Amino acid sequence: MSEKILEIKELVKHYAVTRGIVFKKTIGHVQAVDGVTLDLREGETLGVVGESGCGKSTLSRVVMNLELPTAGTVLYRGEDIFKMRGGDMRRLRRQIQLVMQDPYTSLNPRMTVGDLIGEPFEIHTEVAPKGSRRQKVQELLELVGLNPEHINRYPHQFSGGQRQRIGIARALALRPEIIVCDEPVSALDVSIQAQVMNLLEKLQSELGLAYIFIAHDLSVVRHLSDRVAVMYLGKIVEIGTEDQIYERPTHPYTQALLSAVPVPDPTVRSTKAIIRLTGDVPSPANPPSGCRFRTRCWKAQDICAKEVPALVERRGTDHPSACHFAEEREIVVTHEAGVA
Amino acid sequence: MSNIMVTDPRFSSAGRPSGRLLEVDDLRVEFRTRDGVAKVINGVTYHVDAGETLAVLGESGSGKSVTAQTIMGILDTPPGFLTGGQIRFHGEDMLEMSAEQRRKIRGTGIAMVFQDALSALNPVFTVGFQIGEQFRIRQGMSRKEAKRRSIELLDQVRIPNARQRVTEYPHQFSGGMRQRVMIAMSLALDPEVLIADEPTTALDVTVQAQIMDLLAELRRERNMGMILITHDLGVVADVSDRIAVMYAGRIVEEANVHELYARPAHPYTLGLLDSIPRIDEKGQELRTIKGLPPSLLRIPSGCPFHPRCPMAQPVCVEKVPPLRRLGPTRGSACHFAEELLQAEELVKP
Repeated sequence: MSEKILEIKELVKHYAVTRGIVFKKTIGHVQAVDGVTLDLREGETLGVVGESGCGKSTLSRVVMNLELPTAGTVLYRGEDIFKMRGGDMRRLRRQIQLVMQDPYTSLNPRMTVGDLIGEPFEIHTEVAPKGSRRQKVQELLELVGLNPEHINRYPHQFSGGQRQRIGIARALALRPEIIVCDEPVSALDVSIQAQVMNLLEKLQSELGLAYIFIAHDLSVVRHLSDRVAVMYLGKIVEIGTEDQIYERPTHPYTQALLSAVPVPDPTVRSTKAIIRLTGDVPSPANPPSGCRFRTRCWKAQDICAKEVPALVERRGTDHPSACHFAEEREIVVTHEAGVA
Repeated sequence: MSNIMVTDPRFSSAGRPSGRLLEVDDLRVEFRTRDGVAKVINGVTYHVDAGETLAVLGESGSGKSVTAQTIMGILDTPPGFLTGGQIRFHGEDMLEMSAEQRRKIRGTGIAMVFQDALSALNPVFTVGFQIGEQFRIRQGMSRKEAKRRSIELLDQVRIPNARQRVTEYPHQFSGGMRQRVMIAMSLALDPEVLIADEPTTALDVTVQAQIMDLLAELRRERNMGMILITHDLGVVADVSDRIAVMYAGRIVEEANVHELYARPAHPYTLGLLDSIPRIDEKGQELRTIKGLPPSLLRIPSGCPFHPRCPMAQPVCVEKVPPLRRLGPTRGSACHFAEELLQAEELVKP
């Protein structure tokens, strides 16, 4: 097994909810991320799925050290990233890069593609000395499948998929080890989404990148990920390999989530397992006691309200799941692509 | 749960059988912009009957939403201009009607559910007021009576505690609940046709499943015709009876749902089906459709899909393929539709 490059330990991020303008009073906390432990190994793709408000984007912001955690640590090759200063921090920033969701707002409209992709070199001059920058940018454009001659164009001259490629080229500029992809394809059209997903896979195998791939689309995550973590209200409810999560889910939430994903095949309409959750996700400012999923869970018992279920492997299962009553259940019938 | 409807065997664009609920016939719309004329809809023909769901599938810019706006008479003019075609409701051309006549059809005849409930609802009125407005203005009900009916409707779309929630404002509802309010509002006057424009795109998947179930159930109960506009091939497979695939303002393929997924008769549909990752399939490289959807200011000559089509021949550059009938329920706008179907037959007998 390859080496761990990132270890996230018991990470907590709470945001204070305040009232008043002059005399601010904290009246509660939004528990966006509440005790998340995760590893990322070299060259792998770790998928993080969950519905809106589950804390997956907050997790990415903290891992990027864009926000400080309330508690917990993130270790990059054994070093705590929140204790790094100066040169160490700069070196770390090179190694972890971000691809953002919205290719329309994440690129400055007044900068040319060359400036956008080349901007990281201004700070990290060691990667590309001044004279070689233009050439480096053109290489990057070629790498992500854009025409290197378009280096002087502005973002508005590109389509959504092409802009996302620019965002990816920018993330690659400093030759990072880790790229955090926060919903990189959700804003794109169906026919373009596949192009960008294939590009991400190609870059991973060519450059040995590790991805933290955050998305709400379970089909996309399955396609790209080696391991998958399912989040609900700030906590990981189940984690395992792609096969374990999609073929042998044990947490009721994962099962419900998988069952809700529409399959583009009308013949499975009648054979599909249907689990319908009632109601909405509770507010992360006031999550239910014990298991956070219990208010929507059909298996809930008294113990679920009293005791927070630990994320551990239980008897009869082969991967960690945070449910007192974890039990395997087949939801989607998997077959190999292309054979059907 | 089998909710597969028996689809009408008559084909839409061939002939004009009477008794259709809603028909769109050779509709043409263009947007006159600063940069030139964008041909947004270039001869769209489809129909929907009572009790069936027609899915209009397409990517952004394919014209699927503009068609719906034109049916509802809410096309922004300018820049949008209707340049041809008919929209017949119960056989009568709505485009020939007076504004007053069209207004009478809205709500009672055809109603619409919009994608973004938060911007479609008015933030300064309670949801009860907004739903009840229709009863008061259209049916002359008293405020009290309108409120009672609003509560009934909120109950029907399964909003818990409707009696209390009817006096709340849109921001007090979650995304899924807001979409339910929208649906309640569109159903207020008991429409015969419901147009749902990407009704679940902004929602999470578990909530999306709830809303799609609700729509399917209400459609069955009321025997409504439904036009579901979406880009999601999964949602379409789940709920629709017939599908019209749009590309660059044209319908490129029309079929019932089982035919379309089993054996698409247009290379674009085939490409779309190949390019989506499926939750029940293990990863392999996705096949993609090369290139980009065309700019509507400069739609390619001949078949608009030819620059991206793996099967393109010289004839595709020269001649626009019409939507040809291939079977009782299906049609394709590809010069080589038969060849494509035959090739598929060899792969999956």
